[in-house]
Amino acid sequence: MSPEPVVKPVMTGRGLTKRYGRVTAMDRADFELFPGEVLAIIGDNGAGKSTLVKALCGAVQIDDGEIRLDDRPVTFSSPMDARDAGIETVYQNLALSPALSIADNMFLGRELYKEGIAGSVFRMLDKKKMRDFARQKLTELGLMTVQSITQAVETLSGGQRQGVAVARAAAFATKFVIMDEPTAALGVKESRRVLELIRDVKARGMPIVLISHNMPHVFEVADRIHIHRLSRRHAVIRPQDFSMSDAVAIMTGAMEPPQEIALPEGAVMH
Amino acid sequence: MASESGGPSGVARGPQDFERSLDKSATEVASFEAHDTSPLARFHHFLHANPTAAPVVVLVVSCIVFGIVANNFFSAFNLSLIIQQVTIIGILGAAQTLVILTAGIDLSVAAIMVLSYMVMARLAVQGDVPAVLAVLIGLGVGLACGLFNGSLVTRARLVPIAVTVLVWVLLFSFDLPLIYLVPAGMIAGLAVGWFGFGPAAELRLPPFIVTLGAWSIFFALNLWYSESETIRSQDIDATAPLLKIFGLRVEVLGAQFTLGSFLMVAIFIVLWYALNWTAWGRSVYAVGDDREAAELSGIRTDRVLLSVYGTAGLLCALGGWAAIGRVGSASPQSFYEGNLDAITAVVIGGTSLFGGRGAIFGTLFGALIVGVFRSGLKLGGVDVLWQTFAVGLLIIVAVAMDQWIRRVTA
Repeated sequence: MSPEPVVKPVMTGRGLTKRYGRVTAMDRADFELFPGEVLAIIGDNGAGKSTLVKALCGAVQIDDGEIRLDDRPVTFSSPMDARDAGIETVYQNLALSPALSIADNMFLGRELYKEGIAGSVFRMLDKKKMRDFARQKLTELGLMTVQSITQAVETLSGGQRQGVAVARAAAFATKFVIMDEPTAALGVKESRRVLELIRDVKARGMPIVLISHNMPHVFEVADRIHIHRLSRRHAVIRPQDFSMSDAVAIMTGAMEPPQEIALPEGAVMH
Repeated sequence: MASESGGPSGVARGPQDFERSLDKSATEVASFEAHDTSPLARFHHFLHANPTAAPVVVLVVSCIVFGIVANNFFSAFNLSLIIQQVTIIGILGAAQTLVILTAGIDLSVAAIMVLSYMVMARLAVQGDVPAVLAVLIGLGVGLACGLFNGSLVTRARLVPIAVTVLVWVLLFSFDLPLIYLVPAGMIAGLAVGWFGFGPAAELRLPPFIVTLGAWSIFFALNLWYSESETIRSQDIDATAPLLKIFGLRVEVLGAQFTLGSFLMVAIFIVLWYALNWTAWGRSVYAVGDDREAAELSGIRTDRVLLSVYGTAGLLCALGGWAAIGRVGSASPQSFYEGNLDAITAVVIGGTSLFGGRGAIFGTLFGALIVGVFRSGLKLGGVDVLWQTFAVGLLIIVAVAMDQWIRRVTA
């Protein structure tokens, strides 16, 4: 008899603690992300959710606790470390260079060089390869008409820029993608497009950590909702089991959190 | 293009009620197609995408106008004279362009150039140092000055600066002549800095202030070093003709060009390649565009800035070598207006003072525009003061154009 296939977390955080002087921004917080899921993180302002996210993407170094990636302990001393480990982040400010082209932006900090002497000695960029790759990735996500990959990012609308940032993250992530408030700066139509993008990325098997204040958006795309309160994880719920007002009530302390941490089907914790 | 409706197959978790009406709305949100309307908008986009277009047009038009108005403007002699005149400012402008692309400014370029060529000339003529070595040391001094600026706008390593001062004090107490003392300290600092150890201070001072201070410091160093004495042309000819190699003339198609002009063009070609075809070039633009975004994209912005200021210093020293050939002698008092002329060339060339936007060849055209204006107005018998007036107008028009071009949106 073969053993039940079990789903193990992609990333776990145990007892994560971060202090700034006498302020404890994160106090023994826990975290799991499972393969293929969209995990939303919600929490009031000051609950410490952004500290948690920064710890996961390497922007903040934890004082105590353990982060495991694929069941191996990891330490990130910079966002570059997390990126090298396969974790891509879509920052709220998008981290795009406005004057550079879409293709340049996608490969910023990880350019491809030509083969042979042109690349090794003269460090010549393989612009064609990068353009083709960028075009392919944007097309896969339904974002692209073919001719304009060399367009400067500043000539794009807010939603289009978000699309480029998401495409960049999705193209290079091997473990998961973190999205920080992806719809906060967008209008109704563009938000809808970004939610579709999140589904598209998920459909390609890439887990997503979504930080958002927007309850309707969270309930629409999330598989599980991690509720952060008072510097630690307060509850994890499934959107089917609770209403939006329940979630807000748990988040603000008006309602007792459920005892059990909601897990995806077949999932075990390490 | 994906449709806007995009409702998931699930039931409850679809679009919100208020979004239903979107189904009927336009669907071009995520399309990347440009939709230009008026010819003006299209022209606007064209200038935005081609930063060298405007200076090229201005250069061509002004050549035509002066060709009609002023006699002899199109003579081979006059055209080659213009190119000779812009050589030094062109090289300084190339260095300045690099710095300005990173949203910085280097007010010390001319001071670095003068200090570097004084080191070359004094060592070779009065210090019995072989000319090749003197040139190399001069280039090293320029590089050291640039890195000094660069370290103050990023993370300052204290050891190289301390070593430089220490060597100066030490050699001074041993009565070593100034000729050797000043470059020895700077080269020692450069050599130690290469290994990059020791504590670093996260200074990140504003480039304008840093290089304004550096301008005074380098200028004072230069007066200290040169003892306010000019190295005469005939002395250079007698001992170190290599220093004047860039003053040599070659005849091409009936016009005389100095080797210095070729050096200038070569510098522009190399920088064009580096800026457009290497990852370093992309990161220079990215840092000037939005430093924080560049950092988050994985670019080590401090390293990029340090390399830019260092390269600028080295280019200034190369310009210094060419300047000896152009002027003939080496005077510590020359090129007092070099800083402003270099910035003028960059700005007229269409590079934005706010960083991240512009093209290296724009600066070459910018320098040529200034040269053409001055020459054309002079041939037309216009007073020098009106030549300067015209250059001032050009600067203001160029900056106004830049502001307008930056406002482009899809």
